[in-house]
Amino acid sequence: MTFPILSLLIFFPVLGGILLLGIGKENVKGVKIMALVISLLEFVISLPLWFFFDKTTHHMQFVERHSWIKLFNIEYYLGIDGISVLFVLLSALVTILCVLVSWNSIEIKVKEFFVSLLLLEGAMIGVFCALDFFLFYIFWEAMLIPMFLLIGVWGGPNRIYATTKFFLYTLVGSLLMLVGIITLYMQGGNTFDILALAEQNYPVKLQLILFWAFFAAFAVKVPMWPVHTWLPDAHTEAPAAGSVVLAAILIKMGAYGFLRFSMPILPEATSAMMIPMLVLSLIGIVYGGLICLAQSDLKRLIAYSSVSHMGFVTLGIFALNTQSVEGGILQMINHGVVTGALFLGIGMVYERTHTRKISDYGGLATNMPIFASFFLLFTLASVGLPGTNGFIGELLILLGSFLTRPWVALIAASGLIIGAWYMLWLYQRIFFNPVNARWNGIRELGLREIITFLPMVILIFWIGLYPNSMLDYMHVSVAHLLDQVTGNPAGVTSGVQLGVDAAANVVPHLPQVSH
Amino acid sequence: MNMPFTLSTLVPVLPEIFLACMATILIVVDFLCPRNREMLAQLALFSAFGVIFFLFYQEPGLAFGTMFIADSYSVFFKVICLFGMLMTTLLSGQYLKVEQIRQGEYYSLMTFSVVGMMFMVSAADLIVVYLGLELMALSIYCLVGLLKSDARANEASIKYFLMGSFSSAILLYGITLLYGLTGTTDFAGIAKYCSETDILKNPALLTGFVLILCGFFFKVGAAPFHFWSPDIYQGSPTSITAFMSVAPKAAGFAVIGRFLLMAFPESHEQWGSLLVIISLLSMAVGNIIAISQQNVKRMLAYSSIAHAGYALLGILAGTSEGYSATMSYLLIYGFMNMGAFGVVILMCSKGNRRESLEDYKGLAKSNPMAALLMLIFMFSLTGIPPTAGFVGKFYLLKAALAAGYTWTVIIAVIFSAISAYFYLRVIRYMYMDEPQDEFITQYSPGLTAALVISAVGVLGIGILPGSIFDWAARSLVCF
Repeated sequence: MTFPILSLLIFFPVLGGILLLGIGKENVKGVKIMALVISLLEFVISLPLWFFFDKTTHHMQFVERHSWIKLFNIEYYLGIDGISVLFVLLSALVTILCVLVSWNSIEIKVKEFFVSLLLLEGAMIGVFCALDFFLFYIFWEAMLIPMFLLIGVWGGPNRIYATTKFFLYTLVGSLLMLVGIITLYMQGGNTFDILALAEQNYPVKLQLILFWAFFAAFAVKVPMWPVHTWLPDAHTEAPAAGSVVLAAILIKMGAYGFLRFSMPILPEATSAMMIPMLVLSLIGIVYGGLICLAQSDLKRLIAYSSVSHMGFVTLGIFALNTQSVEGGILQMINHGVVTGALFLGIGMVYERTHTRKISDYGGLATNMPIFASFFLLFTLASVGLPGTNGFIGELLILLGSFLTRPWVALIAASGLIIGAWYMLWLYQRIFFNPVNARWNGIRELGLREIITFLPMVILIFWIGLYPNSMLDYMHVSVAHLLDQVTGNPAGVTSGVQLGVDAAANVVPHLPQVSH
Repeated sequence: MNMPFTLSTLVPVLPEIFLACMATILIVVDFLCPRNREMLAQLALFSAFGVIFFLFYQEPGLAFGTMFIADSYSVFFKVICLFGMLMTTLLSGQYLKVEQIRQGEYYSLMTFSVVGMMFMVSAADLIVVYLGLELMALSIYCLVGLLKSDARANEASIKYFLMGSFSSAILLYGITLLYGLTGTTDFAGIAKYCSETDILKNPALLTGFVLILCGFFFKVGAAPFHFWSPDIYQGSPTSITAFMSVAPKAAGFAVIGRFLLMAFPESHEQWGSLLVIISLLSMAVGNIIAISQQNVKRMLAYSSIAHAGYALLGILAGTSEGYSATMSYLLIYGFMNMGAFGVVILMCSKGNRRESLEDYKGLAKSNPMAALLMLIFMFSLTGIPPTAGFVGKFYLLKAALAAGYTWTVIIAVIFSAISAYFYLRVIRYMYMDEPQDEFITQYSPGLTAALVISAVGVLGIGILPGSIFDWAARSLVCF
């Protein structure tokens, strides 16, 4: 396909944002409608990726390649494979929901808000499409600018502290990665081409140094314990749309970075660092979960649950076998959907109550039954009830990590129990306890809000009941990735068969509608 | 050396001669039609433009024996200096009106200082360096004190004069030591003498060498020779501050580069580690002290100290890649800093300079365009893509890494992250606070042009840096 669809996906929202700047300040409604139209169109443009994606090859697709800065051999090089395609689609989808949830809750500088959101969308998609390390870095950092403004301008009372912390944490990590990128460029034959860089062998010592340099950037973004402390602040203070983007897309980029860069380019270091990474992930799972139990702030609780869930993701990725890695990627999507939905819900309820304290709530199920049903579904998906998407992802991760190191799966499973504990307890405190008289006469969800939830509900059941439709996209790419890591197409440490066959062996164990 | 003097040997100096003539004409015009300030600005613009245009077509050549070299390296820096003058002239119209500076000498002095800089960057002999440096410095001392009724400006001018004279004396002392030991002030001659004897180990020579560098570091405002800059930046007329932060700095770096490369090419190991210390110290002092500043001009002064530190990263690498990185960075820095000072001038109105950071509170609400521009320049100074500040910094880091200064680079990026704090604070004030007083910004045509050029430059170079990098690399072919 010669049509530059990826460029269009990246620059359409950017151009749309610039156009939006041209609309008059007073025409708030026009701004909102136009932002919605742009985000919808963007999603429509992204749909061909779903239909025309070739699932039988690990090669990059929809490739665009042009020379950019000749002096450094930097290229404008875009392409997607089975690992990135779903995230591009998710980004396009989530942005629509963000526009919808911000419809009434954003009251000041409305135009600037939607401009920032659209610029952010362009940069996010750029991150997932870039195949040139320099280009990737440009998008990766450019993302900081709109996100900094989203939290800082439209956030809660403590927003300035939160946004500065977010910015500085990310910037330090990114700059250390930049040093790593340049080193890699010099060692890897003066190219920033990710695929070419992955084909070479580097001395193990260098790999380890680079691994930690990349770790600095990716682990902060994921966020892995112990560099997670920016996330609760940023999540808590961000406006609803900011929290949703943060949960659904932004923090996925850290895990994506591990998959796209650390693993294929630095395979020996990845294998050598497997145990430390698994341990860090486990600490994140258990620690994040336990902290959740002690939270009194609604958003903070969900933020810490992200730390715990992202621990599962990195656990899956670094367990280094087909099931676990596929589970990790699927769990990234799941977490994006479920936590995104939870933050959407919190945004809606906050718009009505203007409080985030859990103890202020109680008995909401009486006043808002529809909302309570939606939130129950999201809660159950979050704790991994079979039939929902959370179950599939966690099962695959546990299965895979059990094959690698049984004790890891044992500890990780305890995280699931803690997860069920804090999520259900949260649900009880908000929706069931004695009815708080303050919320009598609270508005039930409107049509716009229900529409906002629907895509998430569909995705939860779709992935929960028929995960293969997503996993199909990944099989070949993940198999190829693991070949790169192990350098051995025949099998992994655990002796499990790799590739499509192995995945097919797992699939019958999953609940599904077809076959 | 004893070439017969004919007029044709002066051809390489033509741009300088032309500019010096224009500077004189500016005085005469001011004398003949004292009411027509606009014309002075137009004349200054015309001269700067004309010389830039001429430089691109100039044949490389030598003048005054081998004392003066017109080569592609000097052209690059001359263009930066002239660009600084051009932008300052554009910025000045509105500022001079607001501050009611009536002196016709303003443009003339600025032009003279640029002539001095052009001699500096073309100098292949310490005497010419000194002459150019003094011409530049004396003109700027006067410019700094133009606000005669303002106590701060007077203080700045006298302080700058005293400290500048002191640094010139140190420089001169260094030159005499070097001359006494090697018998020449010619860069190439010094290098030749050093390679033929083992004088490089002579402590007196090292002293002379270090003293000369101290003089240069003073001019570029690198720590620990930076103590003048915050006071002078704050006290000077803002347009002159903008000028000082770009043009003299570029000229200073040009001299440092040529001096090290031509006179001491073989002792890179020694001066490399010396520059590492100066560079890191500048970043530390600049970025850390800037955090506590409440005045925009002072903050930008400390930021310029830090940026001098970054720019040194390329020179300390001692490679052609490093040099071209430093050159590109100085040009990029010219764009973003001129833009930032342009916004500072935009804020200024009669009787209220609004130089405090507090004055920026809520700017996004009262003047969204000014705030957006400042946002772009601040992110560029921080070095966030897709702005020019990022690609410039990237090139510097890459060059220093390629030369093996890994730890220096790691410390540099950490300081760079620290710098984000105070640049972001400006953005925070503009976008995340409520406005204090409503005021309407005036966009004069000159100021608008300057802001547009800066913003387009910052974003354009940020997205397509190739041509700037290529030009810088090509300019080094002459070595």
